[in-house]
Amino acid sequence: MVRDPSSIAMGVVLPVMLILLFGYGLSLDVKNVKVAIVLEAPSPDVTELVSGFQLSPYFDAQFMTSMPRARKLMLDREVDGIVLVRSDVARNMELDDAQMQVVVNGTDANHARIVQGYAQGAIGQWAARRAAEGHAVNIGPVTVEERLWFNEANDSHYFLVPGLIVLVMTLIGAFLTAMVMAREWERGTLEALFVTPVRVDEILLGKIIPYFAQGMIGLVLCLLAAKFLFHVPIRGSVWLLAATSMLYLLVALSIGLVISSLTKSQFVASQITLLVTFLPAMMLSGFLFDIRSMPTAVRLLTYALPARYYVALLQTLFLAGDVWGVVLPNAAVLAGIAFALLLLARLVTQKKLA
Amino acid sequence: MFESILRIVALTRKELLAVLKDPRARFSLLLPPILQCLIFGYAASYDLNDVPYAVLDQDHSAASHDLLAGVDGSGVFHRVANLDSVEDLKTCINESRALLVIQIGQDFERQLQSGRPANIQVIADGRNSNTAGTANLYVGTVVNAFNAKWRSSHGQPGLTVQMVSRAWYNPNLETRWAMIPSLIGTLTMMQTLVLTAMSVAREREQGTFDQLLVTPFHPVEIMVGKALPCMLIGAVMATNILLVAWLWFRIPFAGSVLTLYCGLILFLLAAVGIGLSVSSIAATMQQALLYSFLVMIPFMLLSGLTTPVSSMPMSVQYFTLINPLRYAIEIAQRVYLEGAGLDRLIPDLWPMAIIAAVTLSAASWMFRHRLE
Repeated sequence: MVRDPSSIAMGVVLPVMLILLFGYGLSLDVKNVKVAIVLEAPSPDVTELVSGFQLSPYFDAQFMTSMPRARKLMLDREVDGIVLVRSDVARNMELDDAQMQVVVNGTDANHARIVQGYAQGAIGQWAARRAAEGHAVNIGPVTVEERLWFNEANDSHYFLVPGLIVLVMTLIGAFLTAMVMAREWERGTLEALFVTPVRVDEILLGKIIPYFAQGMIGLVLCLLAAKFLFHVPIRGSVWLLAATSMLYLLVALSIGLVISSLTKSQFVASQITLLVTFLPAMMLSGFLFDIRSMPTAVRLLTYALPARYYVALLQTLFLAGDVWGVVLPNAAVLAGIAFALLLLARLVTQKKLA
Repeated sequence: MFESILRIVALTRKELLAVLKDPRARFSLLLPPILQCLIFGYAASYDLNDVPYAVLDQDHSAASHDLLAGVDGSGVFHRVANLDSVEDLKTCINESRALLVIQIGQDFERQLQSGRPANIQVIADGRNSNTAGTANLYVGTVVNAFNAKWRSSHGQPGLTVQMVSRAWYNPNLETRWAMIPSLIGTLTMMQTLVLTAMSVAREREQGTFDQLLVTPFHPVEIMVGKALPCMLIGAVMATNILLVAWLWFRIPFAGSVLTLYCGLILFLLAAVGIGLSVSSIAATMQQALLYSFLVMIPFMLLSGLTTPVSSMPMSVQYFTLINPLRYAIEIAQRVYLEGAGLDRLIPDLWPMAIIAAVTLSAASWMFRHRLE
């Protein structure tokens, strides 16, 4: 392993690269959204209405008076949204019928929805300001006070960084192991090992240990980065975090072993590993997309994914603390899967001997 | 010239045979992209349609019931528990039984009747703050509807401005509409890059590359012969995904197919160029795979597929300028959803052409350099 620089690259460069990418590159937080604000008839009243957009850190507003110009900017993707205030808005305000139109580019639906939310917020601010100045304003009888537990600052790193650990562990555990073992099968070096008096268990153990160590190094790197680089709180016990990570790493390693001994080809093994471990860990584990909103068939499928349980564990241990109601069932399932897969790996490897 | 073309055709045929003759490789080329497309089409969505929520209603009034009925009837939320105390609220959120809890204080109706603003609290589980934020927006919509109804039935005076919102190109703001066209770029790149990198590395590892060199082929012809089949396979794959988007998910195709394929060809050239460059560094198949993986991941994560480019820090945004996938996704989305024509795509097309030119010439230089 030490002799081939590419597997070192995978074990060390990859976690570091992912940490930097996730930490600095990925963010779902909306800021500096370019909006065109069209005031058909600028007046102090109207300007005040849209001042919320100007002050907000979420928007980068430019003012104009004609809608065609704004349309053109939107078509050219110079702006992501248009706020249209018609000339009759001041009059209609008295009639309880004033409208402000917000047009968003729906191509990025998530982004667009957040922008809509903030636009609503800017109107709310305006109303609150008017009320504070003593005008009769209808803020709406019911106001909502939102509180976000575990992530008060609404920082998307808080859930992206735990997700990153899942990806790193999956890549090192499953992908790297599958690749290396498939190469041994392809070259016949494993069969050569089998004819020596070393037992199958010992061979498997000898193959697992170096990757297990690499995975743990990756974990430590990620935890250090989470704490010191991105300041994501670790509210649960670090030992519990390490223990559950070991369980997941065992699962990932066994998947790698099983796939490699079933396929025995590097190309096919890498494709299958990607398909059954990495992509699901990214898309179906609940780390980015909410599992509860998936259709029933896909949701049932996620129960078969070890990554799902690990994501739940990490998010809870990082952000909520040692909540036993979450930790115990998820850890138990992971342990069960690890045990079953290790047995399977042993079985598959043994079969090839006969 | 003619002979050269003949030689390239022969090599292309040989490459296609080499890739497609293995049934497992054939399977892993054709089926996974379609499967991924289906799974991600259904799963990769930031939209919420089933939010478990709990209620801590300390008011038990007609007004609070009315408001909660609006939440229940929105089709997005389903109530999992009626809580009695703040303690229950804590465990409910901690153990992820509910994504959010709506807390209504005991003077809710009284405040409303007296014309003062009545406050409700929404406590959301921020373990995934994006999901929580989206759920909060939905609550906001329900509350707005309640407010409008209350105002019209109780006739309160004062100024109001209502927000009317429209979304272009994706009226219901479905993540799927944006996601699947982006997959045309993402999945195609993933496979094309790996395929190209592997095809050279395989020959090198098996020693057949040297045999290829002693044939009358010119190094550039070998390179074209390696690039062409991968581009062909990439184009077929992209077409498959396009068909899934169109026929299965029924996402309306607004643009022209011709425009899309123009962009696709440039993109495939860039992807193959990167793949060939990777393979010229790698000595073994394993290295080729790992290196192409190391290249793929930043391209994928910084492409705007999962998180918007505009939310990235400036320095990272500069990096995305050399990312062909970023342009491919933009082109796919713009042609597919916005119906953009070639003239409006020029800012996306020329960077990709430059990337393709640079990587292909680098690869061809490396090829000759290694050979001669």
